[in-house]
Amino acid sequence: MAELLQYLVTGVGIGCAYALTGSGLVVIYRVTRVVNFAQGSFAVLAALTVTTLLGAGLPHGLAEILAVLVAGLIGLLCGLVATGKPGTTPQTALIVTLGLGVLAYAVEILFWGDQPRSFAGLAGSTGGVQTHYLLIIGVTAVVLAATALLFARTDLGRALTATAADPYAARIVGIDVLRMGLLAFAVGGALGGLAGVLITPVQQVSFDSDVALVVNGFSAAILGNLTRPALTLAGGLLLGVVQALVGGYLSTSYQSEVALIFMLAVLVARAGRRGVLEAA
Amino acid sequence: MTAVPALLTVTGATRRFGGVHALRDVDLDVAPGETHAVIGPNGAGKSTLFKLIGGQLVATAGTIGYDGQRIDRLAPHRRARRGIAIAFQDSPVFGGMTVTENVMVGAHAVTRAGPVAAVLGLPRHRREEAEIRELAARALDRAGLTAWADRPADALPLGQQRALQVARALCGGPRLLLLDEPASGLRGPERSALAGLIEQLRGEGLSILLVEHDVAFVARLADRVTVLDLGRVIARGTFAEIRTDPAVITAYLGGPP
Repeated sequence: MAELLQYLVTGVGIGCAYALTGSGLVVIYRVTRVVNFAQGSFAVLAALTVTTLLGAGLPHGLAEILAVLVAGLIGLLCGLVATGKPGTTPQTALIVTLGLGVLAYAVEILFWGDQPRSFAGLAGSTGGVQTHYLLIIGVTAVVLAATALLFARTDLGRALTATAADPYAARIVGIDVLRMGLLAFAVGGALGGLAGVLITPVQQVSFDSDVALVVNGFSAAILGNLTRPALTLAGGLLLGVVQALVGGYLSTSYQSEVALIFMLAVLVARAGRRGVLEAA
Repeated sequence: MTAVPALLTVTGATRRFGGVHALRDVDLDVAPGETHAVIGPNGAGKSTLFKLIGGQLVATAGTIGYDGQRIDRLAPHRRARRGIAIAFQDSPVFGGMTVTENVMVGAHAVTRAGPVAAVLGLPRHRREEAEIRELAARALDRAGLTAWADRPADALPLGQQRALQVARALCGGPRLLLLDEPASGLRGPERSALAGLIEQLRGEGLSILLVEHDVAFVARLADRVTVLDLGRVIARGTFAEIRTDPAVITAYLGGPP
């Protein structure tokens, strides 16, 4: 029983990282219609930035927050490169983000090498589980709730939502649609960065860690048609828990296959009914 | 017009698509407080003119002045910030949002508190949020939509959706309202309800530029009418004046009576 509880908590913790990554994808996709393949790089860059900041003597907390802000800034730059030129189609922008993801590999290896890195999280354990998992869960809950509030209760959130609903009409009612897209990229970057910063103390990070995060985050987001934040959260948590259970009771080597099979199953089920990306 | 300078002045507006002139050397002005209608048969260039003023299209030649300044190179959202609001044809209500939220989006054109204030929940942002709510409530009231405030916008009947578009445009406190075929697709009672709403706004002194197909609608609302045909102005004046104009009768009504 204690074992099961452990798997559940660690699964939810890892699932939070997937949910954050997926939420970043959703925010960007809804506002810009761009599937951002550089989403995983935000996490890796933020995590590696933390290792550097800690090495430079910054205290925990401050280093993590700064790294998340850096990730937001990187997201903004990514959006500027991918969508900044007026008239760029979402398809073109998608390819640009793919290229930026590859560029990020080069930058990461250049600055941080190709060896996995990590840093300490919250020390100690609670009920047989590393306390850091509880921190992951708590921070994710607060941040996703705050993001939901930002969208629902602020002028900016309404402008973002209106842009997501109908960019052409949004422009007509006075919304700077390009700026909204860039903001979405910044928010997506920060959410991705947060995923990396939270998860690195329990899972080492290296330049190619983005693949696992983005595959799982994308699977979570696909569950919500890339447009539904609540379903994305549910999908992320589900993936994390299933993977923890598979890894715990069967074998850790099947973990990433679970995400791929899950994504395929959802896609196949959806394809029978309607186009997946267009359905929003 | 008189000594009062016009709010909107279109001078020599020309727009070519390839070799085709959609609009050729069109002059038009809207005085403060005036309701000015643009009519013409299909393909006359009405919506091209409308898009040039709103900023969705750029003129091949000619200038557009608003409130004493040229606006023809400004992006659409910058024109909105200066007080030009657009409703109807190309600006449906936003699905997935309530009626109130839709109207509140209209205030985006005049908000000042930026993303940082919003994220940090600064008092400045809270104050502005309260003001926007107030503005939205007033706009809903003016458009007669208070009873529908919390409904999903895309579930409203078409007539109410049109009223909502007006309310959304009003929420930013515009000085010039551009209405693109407000009556299209509406049935009799809905149509006259919408005409009543526009009449009320006109009574409140708002300047309105109206592009419309429906002649009865224009007759009821417009102080002045500009008639376009094949991209050119063929007549202008009060409705009574243009309805007897031979060029208008030929072009608009399809041949001599």
